[in-house]
Amino acid sequence: MPGANPVRAFGRKTSHRPDPNQLQPLVFRSLATASSLGTGLDATAAALIGRRSGLAPCDFDTARIDSWIGRIADEALAPVRQDLTRFDCRNNRIAQLALRQDGFEHAVEDARARHGARRIGVFLGTSTSGILQTELAYRRRDPATGALPDDLLYATTHNNYSLADFVRTYFALGGPSVVVSTACSSSAKVFGNAARAIAAGLCDAAIVGGTDSLCLTTLYGFGSLQLLASGPCRPFDAGRDGISIGEGAGFVLLEPAGRADANRTALLGLGESSDAYHMSSPHPDGAGARLAMSAALRSAGRSPGDIDYINLHGTGTRTNDPAEAKAVHDLFGDDTACSSTKGWTGHTLGACGALEAIICEIAIRRGFMPGSVNTRTLDPAIRVRYLIDNAQEPPHTVMSNAFGFGGTNCSLVIGPAAA
Amino acid sequence: MRVFVESVGLIGPGLPGWQIARPILAGIQPYAYSALNPPRVDILPAAERRRTGLPVKLAIAVGQDALAQTGRGADQLPTVFSASGGDGEVIHEICETLAGSERLVSPTRFHNSVHNAPAGYWSIATRSQAKSTSLCCRDWSFAAGLMEAAAEVATGSEAALLLCYDACYPEPLHRLRPVTEAFAAAMLLTRVRTADAASELSIESIAGQHVDSPMSDAELEALRKGNPAARALPLFAAISTGKPATVFLDYLGDGHLRIDLRAC
Repeated sequence: MPGANPVRAFGRKTSHRPDPNQLQPLVFRSLATASSLGTGLDATAAALIGRRSGLAPCDFDTARIDSWIGRIADEALAPVRQDLTRFDCRNNRIAQLALRQDGFEHAVEDARARHGARRIGVFLGTSTSGILQTELAYRRRDPATGALPDDLLYATTHNNYSLADFVRTYFALGGPSVVVSTACSSSAKVFGNAARAIAAGLCDAAIVGGTDSLCLTTLYGFGSLQLLASGPCRPFDAGRDGISIGEGAGFVLLEPAGRADANRTALLGLGESSDAYHMSSPHPDGAGARLAMSAALRSAGRSPGDIDYINLHGTGTRTNDPAEAKAVHDLFGDDTACSSTKGWTGHTLGACGALEAIICEIAIRRGFMPGSVNTRTLDPAIRVRYLIDNAQEPPHTVMSNAFGFGGTNCSLVIGPAAA
Repeated sequence: MRVFVESVGLIGPGLPGWQIARPILAGIQPYAYSALNPPRVDILPAAERRRTGLPVKLAIAVGQDALAQTGRGADQLPTVFSASGGDGEVIHEICETLAGSERLVSPTRFHNSVHNAPAGYWSIATRSQAKSTSLCCRDWSFAAGLMEAAAEVATGSEAALLLCYDACYPEPLHRLRPVTEAFAAAMLLTRVRTADAASELSIESIAGQHVDSPMSDAELEALRKGNPAARALPLFAAISTGKPATVFLDYLGDGHLRIDLRAC
């Protein structure tokens, strides 16, 4: 990207000596998603381009919450496949809805035929998995003994591993598998687990991604922290007042780039860090965020000037947005276009890393940079090139940020497999 | 994957740290059960210490136990946290509150309900900004954590600290998820052999059979089966003897890890 950039020194320092930690590009062989924007890549792209937000006033279950949510219509959520009913819960129904989009099932079957079921890993992120099942079961405890009903299947619904177990069983895969649950960075960090597993020779391809679903724990929990926006969330707006919780799923089939993949979108770099500051507030200067972004650039062998667009974590709380903006400004200066797409999807918590990686792929493929719906007046204290309107500038290489409670940070660099 | 074990940490009933556990696991001293007292975590600031539950205390204490055997500091050390579940007391209290009419969830309980709460408190206590992940793989959480920590050092980091822990759930959750005793295990893995190295591991994932190395002592075997983090016991017993050994760990229900161990 042309223009002055005050932090070129970073790129100079590393560009001539290959870093041993540099990532081998992993192509996005297939993508699948479902969220309040719709099911599949086309519906998601149409909502982004048409600037249709998925947020609506909260009408979930019995929640009496004065906030907006990004909800998937119940009618869209079919029970899980008949041989997998032990996994049936809202979270896995959302996962299944996504898996059935855009030829993803076919792509996994093709990869399984090429590599073998034992050579495909499953690394997925979630923050609350199927905890809704347990919340609902607590309303049906035995009045005499306090026991939970026998139909509550803890291991295959509530437990965090349920999601990866479900997806691995859905595709009859036998490779390494784990769930990462680091709150809102979960499904960004799984790209790293896959990259390490492939580099270590544990598998040849991997399904990465994540799913989170609406539940009372997060609606009332974020409410108790006074972090819920009263209307639809307005990232980076001067009047922003919190997050809107959303639900959704995003999956990506990752494989090392082959010769024919030069133009295919790939994971080019990934950086992870910890804030070491506070459980539920970010470091005010974004120190951990900056470390994660720097590490991601280093592992991609890129400098800040190579990044055309940053999909920010941008939750819309009073403290998160300026901390992230400070980190972005320190590293990238004034010129790099950035925005948060959470005004569209809401904050899908453990799914947002994967969902926003998919939004980045859509932006690269369709040649535009998403702006920010619901944001009206930019916070004047924030000094980054924040897009409100979509920009018709095709981004080549982009970054996606995901940060979470506990001070966990992850940044991805995404772009064409061969520069 | 080949990695070196620089040190280990262990906390369980009758096993309050590696120095005491080592001769017991080596069969030199008998195992005697005694209920586990919540470990002290003085490195956590007082305000945070008051807010934390047993899983956080287990994770921090077992990590400190592993680091106490070596000269290595925590501040630059990547960490892999792995647990089959979160803080059962917190989950129970939140679900009970949400089933009632008032639904006044405590904000502290809510932020302690995240699976990565121990990792968050560890980074605050050690002031470590190093990369960290928090895994869940149900009953295979130790095996999955070992795979991740080994992959971390095999593909980039010089060293990584694995911390596995699980505490018991209160009723009515206990009946659905019967973790019988609290337990925590930690391993400091390195890519190259260091002066402190205790053993070298060669880890291979094998399909098909369900194989799990048992503990010969009946009480320790019950402990191993009763807590996913205690699946570490056979490997730690092999490390404690300092003799070559092969240990099998059930992994994902359709395979196992074969770990060949050589003393350094």
